[in-house]
Amino acid sequence: MTYLLAMRPEELLTPTPAGLCCRPGGFHIDPTRAVARALITHGHSDHARPGHGAVLATPETIDLMRLRYGEGFAGTVQPIRYGERLRLDGVTVSFHPAGHVLGSAQILVEAGGLRIVASGDYKDVADPTCLPFEPVACDVFITEATFGLPVFRHGDPDAEIAKLLRSAALFPERAHLVGAYSLGKAQRVIALLRTGGYDKPIYLHGAMEAITQYYASRMDLGVLRLARDADKADLVGAIAICPPTSLNDRWSRRFPDPVSAFASGWMRVRARARQRGVELPLVISDHSDWNGLTATVAASGASDIWVTHGAEDALVYWCQSRGLRARPLHMIGYGDEEGESESPNREGGNA
Amino acid sequence: MNRFAALLDRLAYEPGRNAKQRLLGNYFRTTPDPDRGYALAAITGALSFRHAKPGLIRTLIAERTDPTLFALSYDYVGDLSETVALMWPVSGGKSDLSDLEKRGPTLSEIVTTLASLGKTELPAQLAQWLDGLDEVGRWALLKLVTGALRIGVSARLAKTTVAEIGNRDTDEIEIVWPSLKPPYGDLFAWVEGRAAKPESGDPAPFRPPMLSHAIEEADFAALDASEFMAEWKWDGIRVQAVAGRCLDGRVVSRLFSRTGEDISASFPDLVDAFRFEGALDGELLIMRDGRVQSFNVLQQRLNRKTVTPKLIAEFPAHLRAYDLLVDGAEDLRGETFAVRRARLEAAVVRLDSARIDLSPLVPFTTWSALAAGRADPAAAGAGLDAEAIEGVMIKRCDAPYLPGRPKGLWWKWKRDPFVVDAVLMYAQRGHGKRSSFYSDYTFGVWTAGAAGEELVPVGKAYFGFTDAELAEIDKFVRDNTVNRFGPVREVVHDNDRGLVFEVAFEGLQRSTRHKSGIAMRFPRISRLRRDKHPRDADRLETLEALLERGIRSRETDAGGRAALRIAAGDVLK
Repeated sequence: MTYLLAMRPEELLTPTPAGLCCRPGGFHIDPTRAVARALITHGHSDHARPGHGAVLATPETIDLMRLRYGEGFAGTVQPIRYGERLRLDGVTVSFHPAGHVLGSAQILVEAGGLRIVASGDYKDVADPTCLPFEPVACDVFITEATFGLPVFRHGDPDAEIAKLLRSAALFPERAHLVGAYSLGKAQRVIALLRTGGYDKPIYLHGAMEAITQYYASRMDLGVLRLARDADKADLVGAIAICPPTSLNDRWSRRFPDPVSAFASGWMRVRARARQRGVELPLVISDHSDWNGLTATVAASGASDIWVTHGAEDALVYWCQSRGLRARPLHMIGYGDEEGESESPNREGGNA
Repeated sequence: MNRFAALLDRLAYEPGRNAKQRLLGNYFRTTPDPDRGYALAAITGALSFRHAKPGLIRTLIAERTDPTLFALSYDYVGDLSETVALMWPVSGGKSDLSDLEKRGPTLSEIVTTLASLGKTELPAQLAQWLDGLDEVGRWALLKLVTGALRIGVSARLAKTTVAEIGNRDTDEIEIVWPSLKPPYGDLFAWVEGRAAKPESGDPAPFRPPMLSHAIEEADFAALDASEFMAEWKWDGIRVQAVAGRCLDGRVVSRLFSRTGEDISASFPDLVDAFRFEGALDGELLIMRDGRVQSFNVLQQRLNRKTVTPKLIAEFPAHLRAYDLLVDGAEDLRGETFAVRRARLEAAVVRLDSARIDLSPLVPFTTWSALAAGRADPAAAGAGLDAEAIEGVMIKRCDAPYLPGRPKGLWWKWKRDPFVVDAVLMYAQRGHGKRSSFYSDYTFGVWTAGAAGEELVPVGKAYFGFTDAELAEIDKFVRDNTVNRFGPVREVVHDNDRGLVFEVAFEGLQRSTRHKSGIAMRFPRISRLRRDKHPRDADRLETLEALLERGIRSRETDAGGRAALRIAAGDVLK
């Protein structure tokens, strides 16, 4: 086993076109194409893809993949609890809460005293729908940088929900449509609305029905209804949650004079909100903002920082200016959990 | 400041007029004096203080952030004020926003301090305010101090909103507005029924103008030609020229736009000629060698920040008067048009100014005679000025001068638009109610390109169609998209496949901004030409020829090409 002590981080985890590959352990993390053995950080479609030979993930992530892709989404599946240590060939792996969405995990990979954390997507702020982010000490910290610019400071999500509720009070004859990613963001917005005191039924787009029901079986999300079952009269003054691509599409025509809101960290930048024709931008993000990224990097104790995707330049620069080794991995295939680009089949009128 | 910032933030994203008004109304109703008054002043452009320059803001942020991180951020965001607002360092992290809100400056503090602040004190003061505000507050403050509010709310809309608080008419506010000062405590007290109407001590106030309705063919049957008079409808800017004497004997002269905006500073050459007491209603035109110039020429004089002697010499402003509202101290608005017209004619003679003349009447006895004049103004007495005529105005002889758009008294009968058949090339989604429809269309006409015949864009239009036609075009766009560029869809357009529009427009201009080299004035979709293939659409050369001939000659080509034809036949001829 002495050769492992001399192992360089790039030998333990290697960036490849298929994703991060652990050759000594014989697995990939969040692979972008079908592989023999995949460790999955969380259920978003850019990280959790179907067709792998074997999948290791938290029980929630496995449930969510099954909901999305059906029973046969992988050859074999193995659930792993947070904190449980598992030996894969010469490598030990464990999953730790990432605070991103329900079931999301950072994956700690250990071999010969070297500790690498692949954090997937994460946030370091409270979220009523998932366990909080848990800092894990390591030598190499692999981080995303979706919001890796100092202009991104997400602020207080309750204040954004209060803005939505004020608008609903000011325009009682209109419906408020909130664009939110189907997995995680939608349910977090619902939970935030409930803690914000909103107790009326919340209407859902059909595309998020199954996942929201799964969340609702584990936490109280209040009365939920499907928009397609509602009369136009029911939708007067209603709040409805839908995938971002449905906000400005034919689906939205069933609502009376809808106000188009969008819950996303991108809404911090006015041009992004205007491009999408959003009237009520809500800065609510499931990713770390700039302060969260830099604080997490610092708290990891890692001397090597690998940046997978997002705005890598600024974060790499920040790390280097603090004496850390940092490099961008330029990984392709991440950061598009909702299939942001439009396609005609996403615009279905009956969803 | 936070409430005002939240209002600006929401207004900046809101496309609908009614919703904007609701947001403003809610703000004015629930915000105490004097903050709401200063907000009204900020929105109506009534605040005056030394604006902060971008350089100052750059210096402030450079002192507080890493230059590389700032450069990367500015590059991403693209707007200086917004970048600074977003990355301004906040002490104590993000959890104390509510504390910050409590100690942030009020709008009143900011406005009153700015009014008296010396240039050297501005940077430190601005930094202190920025420290006390959140992202939205900082953005609003920077927009305010740089004088770039741009939230899509007109002064008129803000005044209308205030008027509605007390079920008042906006024009009542317009009348007293010039004598009011921020923060408008007396105005709010009046509309809320707590005090009497503020006195208008203004010797040269704006009077809300009388407006006309567009006439339809069907209207003529019910109208008796002998009860009306007609004038040319000039293609200029509707203005009101007012002059009056203060208590101290000083004469105040002002030029107002149709909406009551004081535009005197832009037309000093014309205002100098207001040597009368009273109020004239008329058209602002550019006059060269006794000839009225086209709107294209007038446009070159408009919206200039500084008015240089060269600009004045090149584009001399002129007032062509068509009504007299006040003569000396006498308010004529209750008199009939016939009486006012006689008084106007006498007043213009008395005035004896080269800058101000009378808009002539168009003689007619029957509607068909007027139709003939409208079709050929040059032959009907307009002579060389015919190029600047966009139709006729029809006014009841016995109509008093009423503000707003009273029914049946004044009519406008515009010349028929130009029309061209063009092919839909690109479509983009609309805003607000139309956000789920592809409702903004770029269309093109044929020209010879490097690789043979090609369509070149000549304009963009987003209205003119019915709701049913919109639904049809929307479906066509979705079913025939061949390419996507961000929010823009390219729609199929070759010889045989594509959608042909009949596009109506008021005129053409040379443009360096468009590939085709021309720009249309007021284009709109007048019809869907489902009967036509794209190959039957018009050619750029046809538009070029029109531009060459001069915009106002509209005879069809000798070959009878249906390119530039009068859209609807004149049924009265």
